[in-house]
Amino acid sequence: MNSVNTPSSIRVLEERSGQVWTKGSGKEFSCDKKSAAGSVTQRACAFCGSRVVLYPIADALHIVHGPIGCAVYNWDIRGSLSSGPQLNRNSFSTDLAEKEVIFGGEKKLKASLIELIHYYRPKATFVYSTCIVGLIGDDVEAVCKQVTKETGIDCIQVDSPGFKGTKKSGYQAACEAAYKLVGTGDTSGISPYSINLLGEFNIAGEAWMIRGYFEKIGIQVVSTITGDGRVDDLRRCHGAKLNLVQCSGSMTHLSKLLKDNYGIPMERVSFFGFEDTARAIYTAAEHFGDPELLRRAEELVREEISLYAPKLKQYKKRLKGKKAALYVGGAFKAFSLVLALRALGMKTVLAGTQTGSAEDYEQLKEICDQGTVIVDDSNPLELAKFVLEKDVDLFIGGVKERPIAFKLGVAFCDHNHERKIPLAGFEGMLHFAEEVANSACSPVWKFAPRRQVKALRLPGSDESANQDPGTLASKGGAA
Amino acid sequence: MNICKGNPDTLTTTGERTEGPLPAAATRNACKLCTPLGAAMVFKGVRGCLPFLHGSQGCATYIRRYMISHFREPVDIASSSFSEDDAIFGGAKNFAQGVDNVIHQYAPELIGVATTCLSETIGDNMLGMIKTYQDKHCGDGPPLVHVSTPAYTGTHSDGYYSAIRELIKAFAQPTRITQPRMVNILPAMMSCADLRHLREICALYELEATILPDYSSTLEGGSWECYHRISPGGTSLDEISEMATAAATLEIGHTQAVDKDSAGSWLERERGVRCDALGWPIGIRLSDQFFAAMATASNRPMPAILADERGRLVDAYVDAHKYVSGKRAAIFGEPDLVVGLAAFMSEIGVRPVICATGSKVKKWKELLASEIEGGTADVEILSDADHAKLAEAARTLKPDIILGSSKGYPLARELKIPLVRIGFPIHDRIGAQRMLSVGYRGTLELFDRVANALLESRQDDSATGYSYL
Ligand code: SF4
Ligand code: SF4
Repeated sequence: MNSVNTPSSIRVLEERSGQVWTKGSGKEFSCDKKSAAGSVTQRACAFCGSRVVLYPIADALHIVHGPIGCAVYNWDIRGSLSSGPQLNRNSFSTDLAEKEVIFGGEKKLKASLIELIHYYRPKATFVYSTCIVGLIGDDVEAVCKQVTKETGIDCIQVDSPGFKGTKKSGYQAACEAAYKLVGTGDTSGISPYSINLLGEFNIAGEAWMIRGYFEKIGIQVVSTITGDGRVDDLRRCHGAKLNLVQCSGSMTHLSKLLKDNYGIPMERVSFFGFEDTARAIYTAAEHFGDPELLRRAEELVREEISLYAPKLKQYKKRLKGKKAALYVGGAFKAFSLVLALRALGMKTVLAGTQTGSAEDYEQLKEICDQGTVIVDDSNPLELAKFVLEKDVDLFIGGVKERPIAFKLGVAFCDHNHERKIPLAGFEGMLHFAEEVANSACSPVWKFAPRRQVKALRLPGSDESANQDPGTLASKGGAA
Repeated sequence: MNICKGNPDTLTTTGERTEGPLPAAATRNACKLCTPLGAAMVFKGVRGCLPFLHGSQGCATYIRRYMISHFREPVDIASSSFSEDDAIFGGAKNFAQGVDNVIHQYAPELIGVATTCLSETIGDNMLGMIKTYQDKHCGDGPPLVHVSTPAYTGTHSDGYYSAIRELIKAFAQPTRITQPRMVNILPAMMSCADLRHLREICALYELEATILPDYSSTLEGGSWECYHRISPGGTSLDEISEMATAAATLEIGHTQAVDKDSAGSWLERERGVRCDALGWPIGIRLSDQFFAAMATASNRPMPAILADERGRLVDAYVDAHKYVSGKRAAIFGEPDLVVGLAAFMSEIGVRPVICATGSKVKKWKELLASEIEGGTADVEILSDADHAKLAEAARTLKPDIILGSSKGYPLARELKIPLVRIGFPIHDRIGAQRMLSVGYRGTLELFDRVANALLESRQDDSATGYSYL
């Protein structure tokens, strides 16, 4: 039978052994490598990275140049909200056919762009090149230039063929593309106390909550490019006085460009969990050094925490001592999650990311407990192995990780771009606790074969069935 | 904050409706997926098989993600993870390394290799690479089967049928033996419940069936006590190798019927197994045809259970005919599904005013015309369509109901009409795998869904709030 009865029978691929590490083992750790062929990585491609970053710009036209798949798999699957235009929720593609792959797709791209721009009147257009285009050598840049000239609408190439690397290279390409618009807008009316919120994706309206905090204490938010983004905000974001970068992977490059060329300082923050949210607000307030601002920040934090903290208690009681595994895209999210889970009385026993850097992992190692397994660019088999070995009660990840948890009778919390519940900010922490508790404490897990205790044997099954290997895997096998 | 509720497709960024000539060059909200997805789905229906996409890893990851959101089951698809160098110099090294790793991790009984746009375009010689790999390992290890699936020549539907054909070509051994109670069923892209029902039907006719693919348990399995590297279930390689011994092949899907190079016609031509090319058995007429073919293949009359089911279906048609009759439907999805649904709709008195598919299909108009009662002069038939074209037609023709995948939801919401979910992908509802729609029983379930959707919308629209309809 093609099954794994004990977790130890899943072996980590040799090429990957450096990317799996246990705190306290003293072993070397490696990361920042391309995925091993055949390893069934959970990572997507560079194109995916560029889409993630730019597509929330809601009044831009986003068109994918290539065969259809790359575009259609991305059609309106994310939970990022717009308060106005919804153009970004469409999937536009040149949908190259065989003859264009052979003779080149420039003509079709140009015709598509001209028509779409006239029809939808976007504020700007982003053209994503996918693998095939990188290969057949279409001069996308030249087409973009021509179209910009003919239509008067900025048409920008995003150079992100999937094979160029991981999501990270896509982030870089997206930042380069976005930067082309920076500095082209009017900065009048920007306050000396002003910020850009970078790498906040407005999943389920989170950016609106966070923007609210800052406005309440008197800090102007000039742009939230990656969530409820607008082209005009991007054009004038160089007028802001500070960049707060949340998803560091995706937006570090843009903030670096803003620093080098406009001297805007940057601070890395996170809005996940009470602690991190409070710290982020203080960081901004302290940056501007106005005592009044700081006072208002303290007041806000006090108010919010006193509003939500008492409500957390009921969940904490239920979750105390439970074990969690997490596998997420970027490292910053992982740090925040470890802390937030700890705040709920839970222990993180497995933590991994798709794209963490050496620096990120150092930090992750530090905040994790002894014995925690840390993985880079993992795959379903490895994740299943550790879920079983560590006997976890909760898994936090995205769509591709969900069935691993569910099949093994483990609770799951969606923490990627597709979720529909806001988990950021003070209020978000309450949602998070609620979601985790509702899943982890659901009575359904008692029916999961792996969890079945004697009293719950299947009706009519005999005693010997108690010795099923699955039970061994979850209990006896736990290291 | 107010969130703009309009349909994203019809609005400019300033919020006005757009006017002027419709964009024609670009695809706007495609009504299809790419070819390797179909192939991967078939490979998931073979026992112990791991799908492997030769190309960049993004394609595999996206396809996994999409299938997981529909089936809500693990879908592991390996990739040779091309980097820039491989795209330039060829992917042979990555392929070999990828296969090694897959064998090491998954111990598969078969590796189903599908190409992607990238590997097709650089012209990687898949067969050659497979042979080299196998020679080097002296034939040890699992067999590898290859299907060519550049997405720029077809859709997921094409990938699906091609993969069935390649599996049969590779493994259905020539033989002199015929097993009179054996039948091959080559289903279109159905739900897991549909596949299970086909098996049940075969048992009723006392036939032993090889269903290829059969992902009914690999993509809808129970809860696991231990971790399966590859989900249990599926058609075994032994079964495929015996397909040439069957008394007949029932091949489901209208476009298959007109395809000279379909899996069924290949089995007939090369292995002498008679092929019955059939439509998708939805509705009474198409189900009747299917059951007639079963009767011929088995030399048995229709079992009483099925005759009863047919009776109940006719009765249900009668009970609810007033609620559905005269209504107008928009149907979209895989080409064969649309033909089946159009036949069904027209036999209950619903006019299929729009039939749309993202595939380019030979003779699709004729196929639809053969199944829609009263001709198709007033039916908007859109092949090679996208959702923008479908939406334009629907805004003009104002159907009462939409039948298709979850991707029809924005349109249904805009037009304030119900969407009956069927096809792939269904990612905004639970239970896509369990939706039964083939045979008399499946039709009955689907019919109830359609009638109730219409009743519900009538209730929602009424000022009175009738609680008794
Ligand atoms: S490159 Fe081709 S195979 Fe890959 S996702 Fe795009 S369309 Fe599909
Ligand atoms: S890897 Fe390339 S072809 Fe595949 S989805 Fe990404 S961009 Fe598209």
